[in-house]
Amino acid sequence: MFEDIGNLFQGFSVALQPFNIGVMFLGIILGVIIGVLPGLGGANGVAILLPLTFSMSPTSAIIMLSCIYWGALFGGAITSILFNIPGEPWSVATTFDGHPMAQKGKAGEALTAAFTSSFVGALFAVIMITLVAPLVAKFALKFGPAEQFSVYFLAFCSFVGMSKEPPFKTVASMFIGFALAAVGLDTMTGQLRLTFGFEPLLGGFDFLIAVIGLFGIGEILLTIEEGLAFKGGKARINLKVVIQTWKELPKYWVTSLRSCLIGVWMGISPAGATPASFMSYGIAKRTSKTGHKFGTGEIEGVVAPETAAHAAGTAALLPMLALGVPGSPTAAVLLGGLLIWGLQPGPLLFVEQKEFVWGLIASMYLGNVVGLIVVLTCVPLFAAILRIPFSIIAPVILVICAIGAYTVHNSVFDVVMMLVFGVLGYILKKTNYPLAPLVLAIVLGDKAEENFRQSLLASQGGLSIFWSNGLVSTIMALGLIALFWPLIGAAWSRLRPAPASA
Amino acid sequence: MDRQKTKNVQLREKNAMTRTISSLSLTAVAAASALCLLTSAPAQAAWEPTRPVEFIIPAGTGGGADQMARTIQGIITKHNLMKQPMVVINKSGGAGGEGFLDVKNASGNPHKIVITLSNLFTTPLATGIPFNWKDLTPVAMLALDEFVLWVNAEKPYKTATEYVEAAKAANGAFKMGGTGSKQEDQIVTEAIQKSSGAKFIYIPQRGGGAVAVQLVGNHIDSSVNNPIEAVAQWRGGALRPLCVFDSKPLPYADKIADGKSWGDIPTCKSQGLDVEYLMLRGIFMPKGVTQEQVDFYIDLFKKVRETPEWKTLMNEGAFNTTFMTGAEYAKWVENEEKRHADLMKDAGFLANQ
Repeated sequence: MFEDIGNLFQGFSVALQPFNIGVMFLGIILGVIIGVLPGLGGANGVAILLPLTFSMSPTSAIIMLSCIYWGALFGGAITSILFNIPGEPWSVATTFDGHPMAQKGKAGEALTAAFTSSFVGALFAVIMITLVAPLVAKFALKFGPAEQFSVYFLAFCSFVGMSKEPPFKTVASMFIGFALAAVGLDTMTGQLRLTFGFEPLLGGFDFLIAVIGLFGIGEILLTIEEGLAFKGGKARINLKVVIQTWKELPKYWVTSLRSCLIGVWMGISPAGATPASFMSYGIAKRTSKTGHKFGTGEIEGVVAPETAAHAAGTAALLPMLALGVPGSPTAAVLLGGLLIWGLQPGPLLFVEQKEFVWGLIASMYLGNVVGLIVVLTCVPLFAAILRIPFSIIAPVILVICAIGAYTVHNSVFDVVMMLVFGVLGYILKKTNYPLAPLVLAIVLGDKAEENFRQSLLASQGGLSIFWSNGLVSTIMALGLIALFWPLIGAAWSRLRPAPASA
Repeated sequence: MDRQKTKNVQLREKNAMTRTISSLSLTAVAAASALCLLTSAPAQAAWEPTRPVEFIIPAGTGGGADQMARTIQGIITKHNLMKQPMVVINKSGGAGGEGFLDVKNASGNPHKIVITLSNLFTTPLATGIPFNWKDLTPVAMLALDEFVLWVNAEKPYKTATEYVEAAKAANGAFKMGGTGSKQEDQIVTEAIQKSSGAKFIYIPQRGGGAVAVQLVGNHIDSSVNNPIEAVAQWRGGALRPLCVFDSKPLPYADKIADGKSWGDIPTCKSQGLDVEYLMLRGIFMPKGVTQEQVDFYIDLFKKVRETPEWKTLMNEGAFNTTFMTGAEYAKWVENEEKRHADLMKDAGFLANQ
């Protein structure tokens, strides 16, 4: 333990070299740019910039790449809040309250809350990594297909009934998402599904295309209908906003702590940042005193998903370091880089490459601090974007969306699909069907299906595998409670002898 | 001294950065320059790429093909083996079908290459998509990937014979994990079942890394991971290799774990499990390119094979380093296609069966 702390300080001294600090700033700025451009995403960004690092020492290289990663995580929140376009799957939940806040002219507050929460979440996860890395890595191994499915089940269940819309609309929207997620190759049988012999559909619908279309294009169509008025133009643009928001944030420490725990758990398990952000938002909405106002621009609704997403995103690096198994596509690209630097990823990395591992962990601390400073100083700048007249900025957003959609697979068909999703998004919004469950189902639908069928293969068809041990049955039970919470809540208040309200 | 060094590093970094940024912008205008290319292909001494080369991976990030392609990209960048940048693109949809169709539809484009795995054969056979390797121009075989039978190190089986006996006794309850459905891992599993008479439940996963973790976590009983997918877990003492699906033991004598090297793993055949399977890691180009253009890439990959980084990769992953080009390579691919068609027909994996 003490040896580890010694190693960590050794790591700090490596990370604090002037060259490495320079690399950190460069990485964060590049990362933010990558995060802001929808479609480019962390994994692609790191892959494109990977060759840049081959001439550096492994430690500087990993500092740079992980800072790009942090930067991209921070950057994802910017477009979600300003334009309702989540650049990454885990930013979707941030739009629920972040964008309404921006429309009310509180873009600066929303951005500050998002960045600060990201920082808190990431910091919490790094501290966990420092203290309990080996223990936590073992926990990750407990997750087989049944356990994974139960986590996705919990994510879906905590969503139904959470929306302002009637639960049946949520379910309907979710099922459209499941249907879209089923398109393409079925990993379990190796058969093509729902492609109708049409080649471009082989790869199925990528989440990013759907999100850029549903949210980005849909939003533009709505704004055009409402007469090109861009709400939120009167956002205050000076740094005082940051201080004022910080004064408010400590009020939400319970939400923050809970979101940290959810995030770390999801990141390690490894279900990832997306279910973490949705789950955390859902639970915050249920437990908060102002829960009924969620979705109209509550700051707590920004804090919850951002904290959880970043705790999860950071914790996901742990399985990569401790087990040599990438928890996310970005981590996979980083792993590829290790080989070029002459490092062998895997369980022995902690033993054989101490300097590298602790340098990386130290850079997680410092990278986040640097990242927070960079993005917070830019808050007024970002908020000022909203002052540009909509008729000027709309075509710019449209072009960025199209480039983003194209970048995902270098395919023009995806740009067409983006427009189709845009129209679909507009129709769904006009008819009051919530979009988020649809997106959640596209992101997690095929993974949930895969794990469900893998479990059934293993159990030879018996459903009992979903309560075959303490871990899986607990998560399944939590899921069922979340699903029927509105009913349980109603029954509870009826059973309880009504206080002297009558 | 140190400062001098740092300065050099910074300088080099700056250069690398300029290169990357120009590669980014170049990619953005790639479509436009495709048009210009038609008019700007005068006869030159030796052909060279005139714009960024797209390197297609018909598989997801983090898998064996992806690791190899990204290593190659790194080697080419680091050693400056090509004037134009190389852009790695994953097109994994439809078990790689998306990537292959993309290259097929780029007929005549010398700025696109693709790395293949066995899905070159298995994907069109299993899904019936309109693609065959003859829609591509073979460039070079880079290596062959081995397959090893792995179990969790906590399990008592020390040899493949013991394991197969245990699997038989379990009466079909043993779970074999593998990458994808009706692909190489399941073909090997089918062959094991046929050869030994033991029955397994085959559980398809998304990628080799995931399979290894499921095995470490004891959620499956065995896997046929490629060496590179499981080597880290072997070194960490979590997995144990039982036998290798090749005709002779591997030629790598460096100790990896428990005082054992890759070369100490017996062949499956010597364990009474008569199964041999190797997987192609090769490079193809679209149809309709000139011999000069093919030669450029053959030469490029010869240079890549000479670098220390490539040798490290081969060592790590215990690859079979056979290198082939031209007619010999095309012939090999043709035989391999027939073999896959037969294997898949026997297993009932064909699309129109």
